[in-house]
Amino acid sequence: MFGRLTLDSIPYHDPIIVTTLTVVALVGMAVVFAITKAGKWQYLWNEWFISVDHKKLGFMYIAVAMIMLIRGFADAVMMRSQQLLSAAGEAGYLPPHHYDQIFTAHGVIMIFFVAMPLVIGLMNIVVPLQIGARDVAFPYLNNLSFWLFVVGVILTNMSLGLGEFGQTGWLAYPPLSGIEASPGVGVDYWIWALQISGVGTTLTGVNFLVTILKMRTPSMPIMKMPVFTWTSLCANVLIIASFPILTVTIALLTLDRYLGMHFFTNDLGGNVMMYVNLIWAWGHPEVYILVLPLFGVFSEVTATFARKKLFGYTSLIWATIAITILAFIVWLHHFFTMGSGANVNAFFGIATMIISIPTGVKIFNWLFTMYKGRITYTTPMLWTVGFLITFTVGGMTGVLLAVPGADFVLHNSVFLIAHFHNVIIGGVVFGCFAGMAYWFPKATGFTMNETWGKRAFYLWIIGFLMAFLPLYALGFMGMTRRLSQDINPEFLPLLSVAAAGTAVIAMGIACQFIQIYVSIRDREQNLDLTGDPWDARTFEWSTSSPPPFYNFAHLPKGDEVDNFWYQKQSGEFDPMKEVEYERIHMPKNTPTGIYLSGWSLVFGFAMIWYIWWLAAASFIGMVVTCIRHSYNDDVDYYVEVEEIKAIEAERRAKYAAAGKKTVQDDNKKDDLEVTYAS
Amino acid sequence: MQANAASHDHDHHHDTNGNKLFGFWIYLMSDCILFATLFATYAVLETGSISGPTGKDIFELPFVFVETMLLLFSSITFGFGMIAMKRNDVAGLKRWMKVTFLLGVGFIAMEIYEFHHLIEAGYGPQESAFLSAFFTLVGTHGLHVTFGLVWLAVCYHQLSTKGLNENMAMRFSCLSLFWHFLDIVWICVFTIVYLMGVM
Amino acid sequence: MGQHVETSSSDYVKGFVASLILTVIPFYLAYTKALPNGVTYALLFGCAIVQILVHFKYFLHMEAKTSEGQWNIVSLAFTAIIVLILIAGSVWIIYNMTANMKL
Repeated sequence: MFGRLTLDSIPYHDPIIVTTLTVVALVGMAVVFAITKAGKWQYLWNEWFISVDHKKLGFMYIAVAMIMLIRGFADAVMMRSQQLLSAAGEAGYLPPHHYDQIFTAHGVIMIFFVAMPLVIGLMNIVVPLQIGARDVAFPYLNNLSFWLFVVGVILTNMSLGLGEFGQTGWLAYPPLSGIEASPGVGVDYWIWALQISGVGTTLTGVNFLVTILKMRTPSMPIMKMPVFTWTSLCANVLIIASFPILTVTIALLTLDRYLGMHFFTNDLGGNVMMYVNLIWAWGHPEVYILVLPLFGVFSEVTATFARKKLFGYTSLIWATIAITILAFIVWLHHFFTMGSGANVNAFFGIATMIISIPTGVKIFNWLFTMYKGRITYTTPMLWTVGFLITFTVGGMTGVLLAVPGADFVLHNSVFLIAHFHNVIIGGVVFGCFAGMAYWFPKATGFTMNETWGKRAFYLWIIGFLMAFLPLYALGFMGMTRRLSQDINPEFLPLLSVAAAGTAVIAMGIACQFIQIYVSIRDREQNLDLTGDPWDARTFEWSTSSPPPFYNFAHLPKGDEVDNFWYQKQSGEFDPMKEVEYERIHMPKNTPTGIYLSGWSLVFGFAMIWYIWWLAAASFIGMVVTCIRHSYNDDVDYYVEVEEIKAIEAERRAKYAAAGKKTVQDDNKKDDLEVTYAS
Repeated sequence: MQANAASHDHDHHHDTNGNKLFGFWIYLMSDCILFATLFATYAVLETGSISGPTGKDIFELPFVFVETMLLLFSSITFGFGMIAMKRNDVAGLKRWMKVTFLLGVGFIAMEIYEFHHLIEAGYGPQESAFLSAFFTLVGTHGLHVTFGLVWLAVCYHQLSTKGLNENMAMRFSCLSLFWHFLDIVWICVFTIVYLMGVM
Repeated sequence: MGQHVETSSSDYVKGFVASLILTVIPFYLAYTKALPNGVTYALLFGCAIVQILVHFKYFLHMEAKTSEGQWNIVSLAFTAIIVLILIAGSVWIIYNMTANMKL
């Protein structure tokens, strides 16, 4: 009846888990209670959960990601402290079977449920606005993608209280992840969380590709798009091309585990190495999916805060396209040591070194943009400078690792850990924080508190350097990754520095949450009345903050790069001018995405616990929901002119309250006088 | 050039149906890579038959030829259906869709028969890596065809409830892309799996 | 993508006849093994490629005249490159690994 689910599946003998679950349950109940008391369930459902508005979906992606950042970071704290204790000669508090789940969950959560949603969230909020569109190409699918992602989050977190998570590392290599070595539910949680959320990601890829190629404001040719949109386009191409590989690879592992097939078994002709090969054929493009949009963020931030056109737009675009293609011919560098021999290793080693060249080009583009610009070091700009330094270091250690001979020494040492955290934190995480700080006023209508933002940045970068630079040295000293017991006491001094660094990062994260609190508390003093608090260059800044749900009453003219900037200079951009409006065609909200995802959650759960009747029932539920949705023709509506007039009048009122008649007044000043909350 | 001129800025009715068709084409590109991964796996594991049967032992070309003909015929019957659709000939569209459906069901029936026969003979997917790869590659294609048949049935029914409007035409166009794409994948399957398998 | 052309059935008939021929030949060659193996492999491969192109042109009506058609071709070309890299790369890598690791 319940498959292999029993009361014993709840780990009530483990104090750490029980404490965590209790805290989570209490916080959860408090939140539910607060919402109920405020009578906001209907509002949440109608305005947020079933919304197809890309801005709201983006916001929700980021909110969930930040919550998962806490969980992923907690995993990191536990790992650092266990390693510290072990190097000091203690047994520590995490036995291997628990520690192994922690490093597995840490990787899965950080990549799939923090980095990916932050990036996808930013793309959701910004891309349609940058290209002068009113929504994405497939708004219902956008909502579906979000909820499928949430299902992945739920399944992963559920494993804490019901059963266990995989103990295999974040990529679950067989034969360890096969049914013989891991008969429990852990790997199955991994399988279904990733498979279900992976479908959502693939749909996002298709959605944004079509949006960017087909829904730009009519006057915007492809080589005049903003850089963030370009990098998002390339990232979505990578999603479409690489996620099917992940889907198949996980499916083959599933067939091995559930139906006894022999893709990745040690016997009857299975080939374990094929799994590693395929998973990295996906895995390498994945890291470019993460970083390319953030290269776009840095481009926007640099140009805005240096008050200067981006240097070398064309070269930057071609460098991005080159990276997109090269991303598919380097994947073997993740397993140089698996034994393919000198010829194969040489090819992929050289290809890996070549791919660093276009990235280097971009670093110079950003540096030359800053050169002779009038730079204001706002929080987004600080994150960008932090990125330029840390990512360059990380990239260089990557080129070092690209030499197969060197990699033979350093593969799976903590040198590797230091390298990829260097580029992921320096590149992806700093980029996400820069993007969040940059676009926060656009999304919410008020600016973030600068003081806490700066504090967060300095703590993060100092903490990051303390936490990861020692790992480079430890790697050379011979420390392997994923250790938790009997660690060589010679590693203790450097591990202490690393642990201290983690504490500093923790303070940085605390500052970020304080920043959010303070910003919300002080929002009335820091309203973004003009919609353009940074005096920026692209079309998202031409709307109010937050934008109206239809984005633009009139589609903007995009025939030049940074056309918004030129429209401001020439006076062409005049939000106070009253104009004629026409009805706007918008998509309707729909609950189908959340229903379909709900069925997939039940399906995933049933498959994990071998509850076959429930799996069959929920599968049928999914099919029926899909078919029913296809019969629904009531999917869109028109916004009437009266409503548009009222919203635009409000916008003009806000703009007037900012005390400016036109944006030109601002630019008459020599140095931009920007007041931020402090 | 006025950014706010209402004159030439009327709400461009984005070619929604054109976007959906293009979006579906892009999805098919991702499906190509899905099948590519399965083909790569098959290519690598084909030699993993160990002591079990190889392709030579279990593939029956005449049988596969009939399957291939069923699918190929269903491609042109679908095509004739699309011609009827362009002429707004709903009755013609329905007729050709019925034929396509039957041909598709025939294909699936033959494939199920082949799989069942192999499993009964002790050559199921659990017996070797080669067999796992064979069943999964060919089976995934079969699952896609089955999905297409369900889609076809639903669209057929919707012709009666909604009539042949722009939306339905777009859906049939997408299904048409899907159907031809599956025939293309089958070309790769019969060539690489069955024909090269008996060499 | 096939939105402009489909008023005549000639495309489908041409495509069908070509596909038929390009199917019968490889099946015949593989079944009878009339030609030496190397030649047969080449012909199997060649007929498949040509038949796929026939499908693209006569069933999918792919053309480069419209903007949509061009985007379809570009995305198809990109996909084809990735497919090639994935399959050839995997086979090359695993072949070498199996040789070295004696599996």
